[in-house]
Amino acid sequence: MSGGAKLKVRVAEVVTVNEMIKRFRFVRLDGGLMPAFSGGSHTVVEMDDHGTRRLNPYSLMSNPQDQSGYEISVRRDDVGRGGSLFMHNHIVPGMAMEISYPVNLFALDTRAKKHLMIAGGIGITPFLSQIAQVAHLGGQFELHYSARSKVLGAYMDTLTVAHPGKVHCYFDDQKQSVDLARVLSMQPLGTHLYVCGPKGMINWVLTTAANMGWPAHALHHEEFIAPGTGKPFEVKLAASQKTIIVGTNQSLLEAIEAAGVDAPYLCRGGACGQCETSVIACEGTILHRDHWLTPQEHAEDKKIMPCVSRFEGETLTLDR
Amino acid sequence: MSLDIKPDTFDDYFRDETFRDDFTYANSPQGILRFPFPFDRDDYTYSVNMEPHGGGRKGSVFEHAFDVDEHYPAEMIDRAKVLAEDPLRCQSLPHMTLAGWDLLELIMESKARDYPQWFSLSKNGNNWHWINRPLGIDHSFTFLDDTTLPYGPFEYITRQTQGDFSLQDERDNDLWMDAGMITSQADWSLDFDIGMSFMEWHAPVPLAHEKGIFDRALKFLLKLQHGAPVRRFNWTMTVNPLLDTSPETYPKWGPTKTTLTAENLGQKQHLRVELQALFRLPRSNAIAFSIRCYLGKFDELVTVPKWGRRLHRVVRDIDPDVAAYKGFLRNRDAMVQWLSKYDDGAATSPGWWAED
Amino acid sequence: MSKTIFPTAIKSRPVYGVLEPRPGALHLVVADGEGAAAVVDMVAKAEDTARMLAAMHIIYTPGPNGTDLSFELEALGAAQFYRSPTIPTLLPRLARVLDGAHMGTQFYLAGTEGLMGQAERDIMATGVPWRDIQKEHRGSTVRRVQCVHCKGITENVALDPFKCSHCGLNLFVRDHYSRRLAAFQGVNIDAEDPGQVPPSVVRFQ
Repeated sequence: MSGGAKLKVRVAEVVTVNEMIKRFRFVRLDGGLMPAFSGGSHTVVEMDDHGTRRLNPYSLMSNPQDQSGYEISVRRDDVGRGGSLFMHNHIVPGMAMEISYPVNLFALDTRAKKHLMIAGGIGITPFLSQIAQVAHLGGQFELHYSARSKVLGAYMDTLTVAHPGKVHCYFDDQKQSVDLARVLSMQPLGTHLYVCGPKGMINWVLTTAANMGWPAHALHHEEFIAPGTGKPFEVKLAASQKTIIVGTNQSLLEAIEAAGVDAPYLCRGGACGQCETSVIACEGTILHRDHWLTPQEHAEDKKIMPCVSRFEGETLTLDR
Repeated sequence: MSLDIKPDTFDDYFRDETFRDDFTYANSPQGILRFPFPFDRDDYTYSVNMEPHGGGRKGSVFEHAFDVDEHYPAEMIDRAKVLAEDPLRCQSLPHMTLAGWDLLELIMESKARDYPQWFSLSKNGNNWHWINRPLGIDHSFTFLDDTTLPYGPFEYITRQTQGDFSLQDERDNDLWMDAGMITSQADWSLDFDIGMSFMEWHAPVPLAHEKGIFDRALKFLLKLQHGAPVRRFNWTMTVNPLLDTSPETYPKWGPTKTTLTAENLGQKQHLRVELQALFRLPRSNAIAFSIRCYLGKFDELVTVPKWGRRLHRVVRDIDPDVAAYKGFLRNRDAMVQWLSKYDDGAATSPGWWAED
Repeated sequence: MSKTIFPTAIKSRPVYGVLEPRPGALHLVVADGEGAAAVVDMVAKAEDTARMLAAMHIIYTPGPNGTDLSFELEALGAAQFYRSPTIPTLLPRLARVLDGAHMGTQFYLAGTEGLMGQAERDIMATGVPWRDIQKEHRGSTVRRVQCVHCKGITENVALDPFKCSHCGLNLFVRDHYSRRLAAFQGVNIDAEDPGQVPPSVVRFQ
């Protein structure tokens, strides 16, 4: 079964955190305990948006040791494909939903002497479960968290109170930002760095660290790429002998699934490699939007990541 | 609080037998019929061959997550002896303690559910109470607090579970063998291999690397999810029902390969089947790899006519490199000769089940 | 002399590269024997040699074959240069430097597998990812070999098979390598036929 084991849950609570962010709490439909999970995990939430089936990944922000329920925070995106809008506008307490077992593509390196965390905006969410894990099981961490304003800085107050001295907050509207070079120069050998937030911020942090001599394998980041929209295009599925049209607001993976073809996937965000598909014929341009294939593979166009990438041109034939 | 196994453990079901010195190990008639004969056809080639684990045929070794059979207490006594002689057979790198707790929870919950007549687990928050009747254990402890157990959680639970175990830490899109309880392995050293990556640990296996088998296996395992365990088989040959065929003690058991004769082959030559299962662990995100060893002597196996015919054909036709790697090339011809008595050339039904 | 070319072997056999200057607040160099020449070659490639040397600490020991290039290495003019007589006397110095180091330290190892393996082992233990520690092989190919039976490590093994320097068993040398132990594996060669030991060949020099 693609995507793995599923959990049947009930929405226990919906909380408006601020004008952009809502928090959702899920408990097990059968009243049992949720599976424990590792900090940094996400779950893939299945939505039936008026006939369109969406599966969106959201980081688990609750304490991994708390098996009474899971919590996620969703930032409303008014110009996206509609997944976050659906969550904000249509999900209410009492509803039954299906979510995946937790999957972790942003795990702490448990050998690290210290975890240095850099978060921007909604990128704070995976760090909440990671910090709970480190605090509960022992370990050193330091968090630098940037948000547009104090109002939009979800959870800053709770974190600062719970972990005095280890949490540093910066507000864009007060022209504050982390003195990254200074922070990076002061870390003991064996520190690992984790960054999650807007794409530009991730690039800035990783480039600065590399230029200061940080080892590549001590740098970790997570960026969920929304599948994005684009012009519709036609795709031939050679193995299933089907031809499909991928709609404007539909990802290639979603279109394959809508045609009844069971394609492998895991993160649905261009990062994990599990949906990698062979390209049999390509007359046109593949618009690679993933973080999995190498630049060479992007140039060769023999592989595509259907969860986030698209196509423009005459024909695209895939081995599905 | 200790794990000493009480002497009145053996009863009508559990066998009082040895895996060393006088080698009294044997399978009961029921034991023979549920032996996991690994060949589903008349030839053998190496493959990854993973499939979902659990919920298999009733009464078979595939029914439960962790199979408990008539050899349980005897195997645990042998393990305790191996560890007393060489404590380096059980090691857990410091960052793997959480994974050890995950495994303890998985095994205790599975056994209490699948064998309630022998095991029970009750929880009050993190205060747990575990009863293991066959081994005479009745312990209360605090989950996640290793000061409340006589050993670290990994060693504690694997001293009570049949089969070898390794825990793989997932990092950098790779799996690292960072903990192991390895007392019944087929000839690899935990002390040497602990800390290695997936490819490094498997480096000595001949032929398989060229075919990309390990690349595909790694990719498959990285997407292994909690709640969806998988399993595969491995097999080799052992002279005497010796569980501890480690490189460390090779000078002790190596010479026994030369002691086979046509008269004693049926008694001494054992098919050694490893049922390997893989479980994703929730709190640590690590993967538990269980390597459960089943031993059947040739005399026992040929009591199932299909197995007698098939074993002869597999051993006769196997690639000599594979036979050499599995350590029985030296005795292959003798085995083929002995087994030929049980092969009348008749067709064999597909699949490995004795009853099919 | 340039970097050693090793025959293709099993996947657990280490593979070495060529040292390149990389950014860092501290450049920590550990080398033995002919590895000194690899360090000189690397420094010559730096964009700003003076700046790199001002942040460089070199720890050096002569190779197992006696090669001692301390003079050439010291002449580079690194901020700190230290010559240990042997590897066991080099490691405590390395440990102390690691103890005070910060992230942003670049590591460069050059010379024999024995020296590089032990330095890598100790650097890894601080939490630095081993893949980001640069290593270039030059000079002798003699091996550190751990006897899988008694766990003793025999240094500078040139012959295969050889006698374990701890327990005396005859061992053959495998290409299977452990980074954690910084040693190759040795296994009893005459276990099945005690006394039948093939003649030793000089396999490493």
